Amino acid sequence: MSISSAKSGGTGISLALDNNFMEPIASTLVGAGGVNTVIFNDIPQTYKHLQIRYSSRNAAVTDTVFARLNSDYGSNYSWHSLRGSGTATQTVGTASVTVMEMPFSSYSGTTANAFGVAIIDILDYANSNKYKTLRTLGGSDLNGSGYVFFNSGLWMNNTTVTSVTIYPSTGNFVEYSRFSLYGIKG
Amino acid sequence: MAAKTGTYTLIASNTLGSLTASVTFSSISSAYTDLVLVITPTIPTGAYDILMRVGNGTVDSGNNYSVTRLSGTGTAANSTRSSNASGMFCTYYGYPTSTNPSTTIVNLIDYANTTTNKSMLIRSGNAAAGTEAIVGLWRSTAAINIITMSLDAATNFSSGSTFKLYGIEAAR
Repeated sequence: MSISSAKSGGTGISLALDNNFMEPIASTLVGAGGVNTVIFNDIPQTYKHLQIRYSSRNAAVTDTVFARLNSDYGSNYSWHSLRGSGTATQTVGTASVTVMEMPFSSYSGTTANAFGVAIIDILDYANSNKYKTLRTLGGSDLNGSGYVFFNSGLWMNNTTVTSVTIYPSTGNFVEYSRFSLYGIKG
Repeated sequence: MAAKTGTYTLIASNTLGSLTASVTFSSISSAYTDLVLVITPTIPTGAYDILMRVGNGTVDSGNNYSVTRLSGTGTAANSTRSSNASGMFCTYYGYPTSTNPSTTIVNLIDYANTTTNKSMLIRSGNAAAGTEAIVGLWRSTAAINIITMSLDAATNFSSGSTFKLYGIEAAR
């Protein structure tokens, strides 16, 4: 099936641009002292998909970042990760847990001023008839160490997604970490 | 939480009309939050990696770039890295050839801030060779306002190669 723009006849990204397919919803730049949690609340239900783009560094000596949807603390998540360490490939995953793991952040003690980055897509988030799936591309290069990731996550709940919580496993995200939420039209 | 107007704006575009050694986007506005570079080059002969350099005013050719890669060739997966390099390698198996364009997308996250080093997420592929995800680091806190794409050899991009730069603006 070919998808064409009614406006220009263009396809693919041209169609997307014609329709202003991506809209900024909210963004936060972490201030002095850092924060231990970033929450996007009251997310509009008017888009097809959501995208979160972030740059983060953990204040603690740990690289792990987690996410939850709708503040659900139950064992209703699963996630898988395909990752590269620069020397080896690894795959890990777990089922029926209370969080989804996101790509690693950079962290205290690593290359100064280096931040990890990630792009999370939350697909069909406003559909109330199926579980919610996330996919993530991310990583943190530290000039001699670091990881790059493909992650997937599942929230086993039909409820529409109205909030997203992202937090480091320990401590705070440092100042200048940035988290931005976008809506993708469908 | 109210959404604002659309974002994802085409900043600049270049479709080559002849053999060209490098493509530069300069005087890039700092008005966006992220940049997205979408390129589909071919080259006349051989197979060479795409090299990106960035800077503020002038491109940085110092040994300030590094990458970590996760690649698949169709028969094996591997992870490799380059450190203290003079440019950011945007491909490993996803390189362009004369017949197969490299399809490469570079996300430059928070590119205009002046307090952090700049991290980038890259996806590239060449269906005849492999595909990969790459995270890259430019060790500078300068805002990026110039980007140059070239090849890891003294050769050219072919006529018809496309280079497009987009800006994504977060909510204010």
